Amino acid sequence: MKGSDVTVSGISKSFGVFKALKDVSLEIKKGEFFSLLGPSGCGKTTLLRVIAGFEEPDTGIVGIDGRDVSGLPPDKRRCNTVFQSYALFPHLTVFENVAFPLRLRHVPNRLVRELVIQHLALVQLEAHAEKKPSMLSGGQKQRVAIARALINEPSVLLLDEPLSALDAKLRQRMLVELDSIHDKVGITFIYVTHDQQEALSVSDRIAVMDQGKVLQIGTPQQIYENPASDFVARFIGETNIFAGLVASREGGFATVQCEGLGGILVEANGEAPIGAKVSVAVRPEKIRIAAEPPGQLAELNVLRGVVEEPIYSGFQTKYIIHLPSGGAVTVFRQHANWSEGVPDLRWKDEVYLSWSARDSVVVESDAK
Amino acid sequence: MKHNLGSSYAAPQALWLTVFFAAPLAIIIAYSFMKRDLYGGVLPQASLEAYRSLANPTLLVITLRTLWVSLAATVFTILIALPCGYSIARSHNQAMRLFLVIVPFWTNFLIRIYAWIAILGNEGFINDLLRALGLTTDSVQFLYNQGAVILVLVYMYLPYAILPLFSTIDKFDFNLLEAARDLGATRMQALRKVLIPNIRGGLVTAVLFTFIPIFGAYAVPLLVGGKDSYMLGNVIADQVTKTRNWPLASSIAMGVTLLTGLAAVIFAATSSRSNHHVEEDSGIGSVSATAGIPSGGQA
Repeated sequence: MKGSDVTVSGISKSFGVFKALKDVSLEIKKGEFFSLLGPSGCGKTTLLRVIAGFEEPDTGIVGIDGRDVSGLPPDKRRCNTVFQSYALFPHLTVFENVAFPLRLRHVPNRLVRELVIQHLALVQLEAHAEKKPSMLSGGQKQRVAIARALINEPSVLLLDEPLSALDAKLRQRMLVELDSIHDKVGITFIYVTHDQQEALSVSDRIAVMDQGKVLQIGTPQQIYENPASDFVARFIGETNIFAGLVASREGGFATVQCEGLGGILVEANGEAPIGAKVSVAVRPEKIRIAAEPPGQLAELNVLRGVVEEPIYSGFQTKYIIHLPSGGAVTVFRQHANWSEGVPDLRWKDEVYLSWSARDSVVVESDAK
Repeated sequence: MKHNLGSSYAAPQALWLTVFFAAPLAIIIAYSFMKRDLYGGVLPQASLEAYRSLANPTLLVITLRTLWVSLAATVFTILIALPCGYSIARSHNQAMRLFLVIVPFWTNFLIRIYAWIAILGNEGFINDLLRALGLTTDSVQFLYNQGAVILVLVYMYLPYAILPLFSTIDKFDFNLLEAARDLGATRMQALRKVLIPNIRGGLVTAVLFTFIPIFGAYAVPLLVGGKDSYMLGNVIADQVTKTRNWPLASSIAMGVTLLTGLAAVIFAATSSRSNHHVEEDSGIGSVSATAGIPSGGQA
């Protein structure tokens, strides 16, 4: 691996009375595609700027390759940044933008040419070398910014919401391209985003942040399937949350007594003592929806409700089901078997919802 | 029904410039080609005498001195105005700081020069202070030399340089400086290779706004300068009021106008050639507009 590992330990940073980062610690491995994911204002960009050297943390240490880089200015760190606004130099051509870091180091002209062309080829912009940034489209500017950030051969590439200014389709394409660039150059990528889809689709691991704290670190699957808290479950994808008290425990399962729903059977691994106030999270696509009651199976949760809002979106239909207790459950039904004549469910139809206890997880309740 | 009056909107401006700029300029051009009347005024006879008497060593010395004083004062002004405009652009209370830059304009030009005399004079504030501190017993001669002229000129024209610089720096994307630092530039390299090229328009405007009026300076060298700081503006004034050679005064004025015009065109051309894509970023007014400032305005 060519990349570096990055260690962040005990970083706190305040701006006036606002605490942007509260004792954040992370271990990022060599060559990893690591995402910092969270809503705006959660501190993810501040953390990136601390790693880059633009912000001096109040406490804590940043280590790159096991070496403490705290206190070093940005130009002395082996990491480069792709900025949200691209930050291309408007007075220089694409070629000179990419060559900028080399010119600073007085690299001989022939080598500059070779390296710049090679990096423009990496982002497929050879044909635009002589243009000024103002003549490029958003996606092209983005590529120039990436080529420019890579030409110093950093061991860590920091990306600050690089795709947020692009339209949805282009974003998808750039995401795939970023992933392939990551594979080609093999260095560590630290990617800041507020878009959970982006983070899920390209990351090796994700750190979910909120209010200056890291809430959970894990692979996309871990984060999605086993969210650590209400917040993570809600922030990553759609989810149904039921609040309740742990009523009983039996062999890897727990029954959570939820108001108006009765007991919900969930998989529980130790962290839920009887009497604890917890939340149960169930992903909408894990819930089966049908007009008839399901067969009596063990480990199956069943609820009855009324279809309130079917929202058809081609590949699936999203149903909002109102429960007699007054709550609502969101259910996704994929249309894989559409042609087999699955009975259509309409507004005000009475339906049965069912899901396996293994598909509901106990998460830490944010409400105290 | 649409009435597009187009360029006729410029009519008031055209009238103004005709009456107060073009016409006086035409008169000066005409006078410069006439014969002098003994007690001022001109005789209505065509003559090249005024231009012939331009070729004289004293005038050459004064021209070179004027050029030197203007260049030095412009360089100092820009060196002070650049960090000043930068700090205003980055500050949180821009309005207050801009207000402070403009405050001196509320005091009459001459009074501000006399204020400097009160500060620098033999019985002035600084000499009083030096004597009170026991550093000197005699007065130190601060006034009536080229240094005093340059100092007061820099003071007078500083706001004219700060304002256009501020307005371009204010539009500058400071993320670019971070990007430069990130890519390996030191603080100074980032300023030199990224900030300066991107505020070139404002720099050109600031240089022209200071150099052109200073080149025609008259009151400052007269009041705080000595024999060695006599400038072209003073020669013209003397020709009008003392020697009463109006054609000569006119021909020197023509020379000043041509020299400053030439300097402005050369300067604007060289700086726009090296960077022809950021013109739209230029500060107050475009370069071509500023080049049209009549030289020697109030000074």
